[in-house]
Amino acid sequence: MATPCSSSRLRYLIHLAHDNVDFRLPEIKALLALRGKPFHPCENFNEQSPFWCLEGLSEEDVRSVMARSVCAKSAFELWGHGQTDGNLRSSLLNYPPQSMSPFMHKDSTYRINVYTFNKTLQFQDRIKKIDALDYLPFEGTVSLKTPQHIFCLLEDYGTDPNNIPEDPNYIYFGRWIADGQRELIRTHSVKNRHFIGNTSMDAGLSLIMTNHAKVKENDLIFDPFVGTGSLLVACSHFGAYVCGTDIDYNTIHGKGRSSRKNQKWRGPDENIRANLRQYGTEKMFVDVMVSDASKPVWRNAALFDAIITDPPYGIRESTRKTGSYKENTKLPDCTYVESHVPVSQAYHLSDIFTDLLNFSAHHLVLGGRLVYWLPIYRPEYCDEMVPVHPCLQIISNCEQMLSSQTSRRLITMEKVKEPEESDIIAHLSDPHFSAYQGHNAFREKYFSGLNKRCGKEDTKYFNKN
Amino acid sequence: MKLLTHNMLTSHVKGVTKGYPLLIKATEVKVNQLDFNPQFVSRMIPKLEWGALVQAAEDLGYRQDLPGELIADYEQNEEFLKKVHRVLLEVEVMEGCLKCPESGREFPITKGIPNMLLNEDDA
Ligand SMILES: C[S@@+](CC[C@H](N)C(=O)[O-])C[C@H]1O[C@@H](n2cnc3c(N)ncnc32)[C@H](O)[C@@H]1O
Repeated sequence: MATPCSSSRLRYLIHLAHDNVDFRLPEIKALLALRGKPFHPCENFNEQSPFWCLEGLSEEDVRSVMARSVCAKSAFELWGHGQTDGNLRSSLLNYPPQSMSPFMHKDSTYRINVYTFNKTLQFQDRIKKIDALDYLPFEGTVSLKTPQHIFCLLEDYGTDPNNIPEDPNYIYFGRWIADGQRELIRTHSVKNRHFIGNTSMDAGLSLIMTNHAKVKENDLIFDPFVGTGSLLVACSHFGAYVCGTDIDYNTIHGKGRSSRKNQKWRGPDENIRANLRQYGTEKMFVDVMVSDASKPVWRNAALFDAIITDPPYGIRESTRKTGSYKENTKLPDCTYVESHVPVSQAYHLSDIFTDLLNFSAHHLVLGGRLVYWLPIYRPEYCDEMVPVHPCLQIISNCEQMLSSQTSRRLITMEKVKEPEESDIIAHLSDPHFSAYQGHNAFREKYFSGLNKRCGKEDTKYFNKN
Repeated sequence: MKLLTHNMLTSHVKGVTKGYPLLIKATEVKVNQLDFNPQFVSRMIPKLEWGALVQAAEDLGYRQDLPGELIADYEQNEEFLKKVHRVLLEVEVMEGCLKCPESGREFPITKGIPNMLLNEDDA
């Protein structure tokens, strides 16, 4: 048996963006799992650090992770590292010369970058740092514009902006392999998206959800609460075929009031399909339908490779399902409401999640993933409150703060077995789950908690959405 | 609505036991040219109710010469996969309705989008 490192003794350094910190590890793990590779950190691994050192991988593995990751900025083949310049030097001089030479011979061109985390260096200081690497056997020519190989000196000055040390806490040197997909956060921003709504999911988080769900080319993905289709946009970008449902006729048909400041009504082609067209993925569009997620319309079969969704619970949309409470039939805006919209009644939070887990247990392929958001009233949260199902194994649970008292958690589950009769209601008996059964009590707390904002960040979050 | 979607839908009208497949009553059908992706089509075939797909294609006049029984080794048969691609993804019902075979309840399709909401009496 080969030991994990014998096939490749190389180590790779991943430089991660310092936002959505909680979401990074599940993302990288899921992307490695897509390659059938385990997550093998080197010694002294610290999840909060922007630098992770991994082993047991090939360059191809690393490239394929970077082709998907929105949490990672860049990846490097790690040649040396240490706490001081001296340590770095001896570490680099220990690196096998035969592993260096293919990238340093005299016909090659190269460039060295200096990257500092939590500190800005003057140009002269950067040059000094590069000059100090003269013990490395570079024989090629420097080319700033079109180098064949890029090397990088990365210095970590900690994570506290109020306490920046004189010298770095840690230094790395490596050969650049690939950048991640941070650029997509800008190119896919909802700001410039054709069709949006009040609860359109931010592009970065949509892509992270897609990665947590292990979405891959030629998958079929379903969003039962599709809204304006932000999650479908992200999935289709990675080559998956997509479909969705929403109870709201106007949303699905792209009618009604616009969510844009300076525009009153939605234009003629503002719909989910046009959103995919905008990003060149219309060919991945299967269908969207007007449908109530509490009354599923799909035949009982393992149809979907992943179910990715942001269920309704917010202030901006009603949680509802079709039913027979007449007093709720008042339709606010007669101009745009179709005559056949049935009456709606409150859709209790606990039912939303029970239905979603049950549906996923039946309609996911084995090994397929469910990824969804769970609203949290923080003072009362404990991990046991997260809904469970005997066919779904919890993979990750990441928190995004909304205020000091409220947050939402991105829950990822994987289908591990086909459901049997006895599985249907098993999880309902779990006492912890009752938090969401007092639907209105929860909502009251949640929304009063939302008003207790902790700072500017929250305001930004709400305006953006 | 594409026939891939139709193949996965069933009637959810209360009390109905034989709600599959839904009948298609189309007043407008469109065919969109779409990139042929043999991998996806091959992946979908085992998930399909083959008989229902062929019937739906027949009803809309797009069966081509698709066999009533699924053939073996379809992964290697590009010509066959292209035909399946066409009926699964290119043929789209734009206007019409889906009808529950047991209760007769109809679900309208407008601008290519089915409305599957139930009224209070069939929920
Ligand atoms: C948080 S939003 C989803 C937003 C979506 N991710 C987007 O990017 O636009 C929740 C959606 O669920 C829909 N909804 C509420 N109750 C529903 C139900 N019973 N069945 C299906 N959709 C429902 C709402 O109309 C709303 O569009």
